[in-house]
Amino acid sequence: MKYAEEFRDPKAAKALLAKIAEITDEIGATAEKPVYIMEICGGHTHAIFRYGLDKLTPGGVEFIHGPGCPVCVLPMARVDECVEIAERPEVIFTTFGDAMRVPGQKKSLLQAKADGADIRMVYSPLDALELARRNPDREVVFFGLGFETTTPSTALSIQQAAREDLTNFSVFCNHITVPPPIKALLDDPHMMLDGFVGPGHVSMVIGTHPYDFIAEDYGKPIVVAGFEPLDLLQSVLMVLEQIRDGRAEVENQYARVVPEHGNPVSLAAIEDVYEMRPSFEWRGLGEIDKSGLRIRDKYSAFDAEEKFGIGYAAGERSVEEPEGCACGQVMTGRLKPTGCPQFGKGCTPEMPLGALMVSSEGACAAYYQYGGARSSEVASEPAE
Amino acid sequence: MCLGIPGQIIEITDEARLMALADVSGVRREVNIAPVLTGEIHDLIGAWVLIHVGFAMALIDEDEAAATLEALKGLGEAQETLEAMAEGAKALEARA
Ligand code: SF4
Repeated sequence: MKYAEEFRDPKAAKALLAKIAEITDEIGATAEKPVYIMEICGGHTHAIFRYGLDKLTPGGVEFIHGPGCPVCVLPMARVDECVEIAERPEVIFTTFGDAMRVPGQKKSLLQAKADGADIRMVYSPLDALELARRNPDREVVFFGLGFETTTPSTALSIQQAAREDLTNFSVFCNHITVPPPIKALLDDPHMMLDGFVGPGHVSMVIGTHPYDFIAEDYGKPIVVAGFEPLDLLQSVLMVLEQIRDGRAEVENQYARVVPEHGNPVSLAAIEDVYEMRPSFEWRGLGEIDKSGLRIRDKYSAFDAEEKFGIGYAAGERSVEEPEGCACGQVMTGRLKPTGCPQFGKGCTPEMPLGALMVSSEGACAAYYQYGGARSSEVASEPAE
Repeated sequence: MCLGIPGQIIEITDEARLMALADVSGVRREVNIAPVLTGEIHDLIGAWVLIHVGFAMALIDEDEAAATLEALKGLGEAQETLEAMAEGAKALEARA
């Protein structure tokens, strides 16, 4: 238990780990025939590796890393479109720092900036709004990226821009929603998932009911979790208890922050500003029905796709992923990062080939940083 | 980007735009408080909130704030967020 003393409450961690081991035994899960638990959120992936939870838990528990890192699922075509917008001379392109190094077909935003595009890293869409106020002769575009946790921030910013008549502000909307890819994964016949650890901060916005289908239609347990290491262990335990008892329910381990019905102000802003696209492309997962948001017509003046005639507004387009990249298989849990031929060779956090290597929430970067693989996995990696 | 950071509201700066000054680990940053506003705006002074990309998304208590901050520090995310805030302030200046 190399890492256990790093926990805020090592005793509690040890007690939880002992219970997890006990129930794993009870349900007869072994390293050869493990229970597969997917943590959906990239923040959880990061915490699992950082605290070595994948090694502290028994071999009978196998974590599958979900699609919950918005940078990692961003398709190459969208990065190309960002670069195209950013390279217009009138544009100030604003983005979260996480997105700067995601490779596009020709270049990343970082390379575009080096080539002279006016690209600025901001902390919040509020910074982009302020830039628009201060630069009335420039077009300020914000790269709206993320799941339901960040969606309210751009929705509220667009509403504010509308109130102020800030006509030089727009959002390149790439907001995506958590439940549809989970459904897509559950519908995949290759997928062997026994339960889920649900995202905490996404659920703080949407509440717990959007996951009802996982329990009701697919008979799988899901526990919404906080991201302290103890929260994660507790949640894994709750998933295992459900499996042992033959239950499939939506449970909320993070009730101190996640209200059952979410955050009403945020939900109202999302509803007012956004609507579902018929489908949206995910890196590694392909097009998924009703999984991404677009800006409603009444706010089209603030929609960068409409303003610049780019992206889905420009019609059909599709881009191949880079050669030799196994991101898709890793994303769907079919391959461990170390099984990708590029891992640590053609693809490192400094020079990422695939998006999973870009952010600390991506499975490949987390593996690289913390050496997440069990030693047995490194030796022999099944090629699917 | 996906993980929030705790902060304490210290001053309402713009009532019309629902903006307030928050203290985030010693760094002061203006945040939007619309998502946590349920009553009188000035009642929020002193409150602890979870801040996501400049928006206060949930009210939390002081213990939760401390525990969350510790978890974020463990992950290196607290430093990353504070750097992003500094970066955001820099971005507002004229082009370098
Ligand atoms: S190592 Fe790089 S190329 Fe391979 S799956 Fe991971 S991110 Fe993709």
